[in-house]
Amino acid sequence: MPSSLQRKKPRIADRVAYVFIYLSAAISVLILIGIIGYVFFRGVGSINLEFLTKATSARAGTTGIAGNIINTLYIIVITLMVAAPIGIGSAVFLNEYAKPGKFVRLIEFTTEILSGIPSIIFGLFGMVFFGTTLRLGYSILTGALTLTLMILPLITRNTQEALKTVPNSYRSGALGIGATKWYMIRTILLPSAMPGILTGVILAIGRIVGESAALLFTAGSGYILPKTASDFFSKIFESGGTMTIQLYLSMSKGQYDIAFGIALVLLVIVLGINFATKYLAHKFDLTKKK
Amino acid sequence: MSNVKIKTRDLNLYYGENHALKSVNMDIMGNEITAFIGPSGCGKSTYLKTLNRMNDFVLNVKITGEVTLDGENIYGSGVDSTLLRRKVGMVFQQPNPFPMSIYDNIAYGPRLAGIRSKVKLDEIVETSLRQAAIWEEVHDRLKKSALGLSGGQQQRLCIARALAVQPEVLLMDEPTSALDPISTSKIEELCMQLKKDYTIIIVTHNMQQAARISDKTAFFLLGEMIEYAPTEELFSLPKDKRTEDYITGRFG
Repeated sequence: MPSSLQRKKPRIADRVAYVFIYLSAAISVLILIGIIGYVFFRGVGSINLEFLTKATSARAGTTGIAGNIINTLYIIVITLMVAAPIGIGSAVFLNEYAKPGKFVRLIEFTTEILSGIPSIIFGLFGMVFFGTTLRLGYSILTGALTLTLMILPLITRNTQEALKTVPNSYRSGALGIGATKWYMIRTILLPSAMPGILTGVILAIGRIVGESAALLFTAGSGYILPKTASDFFSKIFESGGTMTIQLYLSMSKGQYDIAFGIALVLLVIVLGINFATKYLAHKFDLTKKK
Repeated sequence: MSNVKIKTRDLNLYYGENHALKSVNMDIMGNEITAFIGPSGCGKSTYLKTLNRMNDFVLNVKITGEVTLDGENIYGSGVDSTLLRRKVGMVFQQPNPFPMSIYDNIAYGPRLAGIRSKVKLDEIVETSLRQAAIWEEVHDRLKKSALGLSGGQQQRLCIARALAVQPEVLLMDEPTSALDPISTSKIEELCMQLKKDYTIIIVTHNMQQAARISDKTAFFLLGEMIEYAPTEELFSLPKDKRTEDYITGRFG
């Protein structure tokens, strides 16, 4: 007896969709592996101790990106020192203090718009305002302040989203035993929101590391190493190109070996940042029932 | 009558246009359990929250009238609502332990009050957990996250956390409605013990619960306090027809 559950015709649409979906997944993975592999093989030859620890100098005959690595660190640290407190502070204000309504929605809307603006526009504004009007010139400080404007929305939005996920019962619980609002925010809200806040900060670092357009005409392209201890502070008023800027300049000069070397270092850093995000977000997750 | 802990006179509360509490007058006795009953939306929880000013955080609330704690108007000018809330603690419907260790949950209030000494904090944590009848279950895992406890344990932890600031009054907003019967009876037993040292006000949907544990019961309906009497009296000989209809299950 033939079973009534047996299908005679294959489901063609299902098959096609199946093949298409697997193919799409395979293509995107292959592209990623391809790029990483290509950068690795082209770049690995340039990487040696001198490349990572010396600055390029015609007199000493060295080729290296140590100056750019240090500039990148400077820009990351200064940008975050300015942007993180302001971004987190404004998110706390919007979420916990401001009365919900038109004003808050307007700020949220502007923040959203700001995060979609092409970075070259921030660069233009930074160059004219910080560089010329405030007379900071081409300097690490000008670059960092410009990037602050650029990543502020990112940090604010992420912090806000993180604060929104903190259950209201934590708030009333703390207020109900006589905590002041700020004490409650400091001891309950911010620690609970920490994984989300950190994710925002780390994404911001990613954008700083990858940025070129906003930095080219603000932080400039200097690559010398600080020589004495006092240089470490005065350096922020000097021109300093990040790795990404140097990568751009090397490309435009046709120095592809150096460019791929820098690209490889950048890839490793971005990968490291990704792992760090996952690790830290997990480590600070208070809802783990340990 | 002496020993009036909380006195309410002509209390009205508005959420925007909505008149949520209508001229409530009530004297709540110290060292007793007072239960508020009534159908959903009758104003019993709202009234409870006015007693430690938790309504301050709700937008567009307007309150008129007077609430006094030991004779002092809690809505008077210059009253620090955070100090009020340390005297009048609150336990919520959903257990809400903070995402930190059991120890830190209990120590939260005392630290807030400025206590830093480890010895003193240890002592407060142990006393509070013992008072809330949960010490035996958690004393060997004080450093573990409070979120790993069961619902009933979490609620007793929250009671301990409220007790740790040494309040005088404990407000409980349907504290057992999210719990199983065994946890519920543990919390009811706990309330009976705590009334020696505290004044307890409990909002409950469960009339049997009010009958079991409370000394006095108040029945609320549509923002009005309809009847307030010793519990036995209210359940056996209600004076108001509406009270009778409610407790006999004719609506609600």
